Amino acid sequence: MTARIGVVTFPGSLDDRDTQRAIRIAGAEPVALWHKDKDLKQVDAVVLCGGFSYGDYLRAGAIARFSPVMEPLIDQAKAGLPVLGICNGFQILTEAHLLPGAMLGNDHLHFICRDQKLRVENAETAWTTDYSAGQEIHIPLKNMDGRYVADDYTLDQLEAEGRVAFRYVARDGVADEHYNPNGSLRDIAGITNEAGNVVGLMPHPEHAVESLIGTGRTDGLPFFTSILKKLVTA
Amino acid sequence: MARVVVDVMLKPEILDPQGQAVQRALPRLGFEGISDVRQGKRFELEVDGPVDEAALARIHDLAESFLANTVIEDFTVKVEEAAEVAEAAK
Repeated sequence: MTARIGVVTFPGSLDDRDTQRAIRIAGAEPVALWHKDKDLKQVDAVVLCGGFSYGDYLRAGAIARFSPVMEPLIDQAKAGLPVLGICNGFQILTEAHLLPGAMLGNDHLHFICRDQKLRVENAETAWTTDYSAGQEIHIPLKNMDGRYVADDYTLDQLEAEGRVAFRYVARDGVADEHYNPNGSLRDIAGITNEAGNVVGLMPHPEHAVESLIGTGRTDGLPFFTSILKKLVTA
Repeated sequence: MARVVVDVMLKPEILDPQGQAVQRALPRLGFEGISDVRQGKRFELEVDGPVDEAALARIHDLAESFLANTVIEDFTVKVEEAAEVAEAAK
């Protein structure tokens, strides 16, 4: 039996189908979870996908964080359940305080959609073992509220503990002062919790899993093969 | 019935590009001499029953856990007196 990975659909989620597809391509079984579900159907891991849950009213992720499904998810994540938050999912994880800091509107006030270069800083989380530390990857980025902020103490702590999982970097040979797409502090694109089971990032690995479509790269696939390997060998 | 107002503002050290965009537009509209603008949110809660200490404590919890994200925002809770509410409704 292969690993079962849940994908939560909130009202306003956009990328649930793409995420399920990425999970299937990696060889695991996607399980649809609904925001009103009160249990997680015994899945082995959960992905909170991108979109605009509850219209991003109040703050991005703020209302989704209080959905019924989040109650068991928060409990189980604290107990070690692997959880990946992509884009809106990352925002929900910060609102739920499973990850430190907060997400705010891009500093330039525009929606941004582009192929983004990242550096993998931590290849030891549940979702990144199929990368190598320092590896540079390109995956799509598309968001309005992508500016990661935290106080200096928290940022220093994240850096010291190796919990900055991904950083925005400039494209090869391009002197681009706007390589940081949203004003995120210290170029942070994604972070992990202390235990390495909860990871959040703004760019979208689920949109880069097939060479035929999208950006023509499969740089996002290792997220899903990493977790599959971890679950199967566990 | 009474109204309780919760004001939520970004903490001073957090960059507010919306406020900056508003501030930059002011000279074009002929408003000079405003050096900074910061934009926040105001919530007006119409409370059934008396706004006693217990009710205010509940609203404070609500503001702290939901209306504001205290990682990035500060908030204040104020009770509007009945007379003020009536005045505002005129």
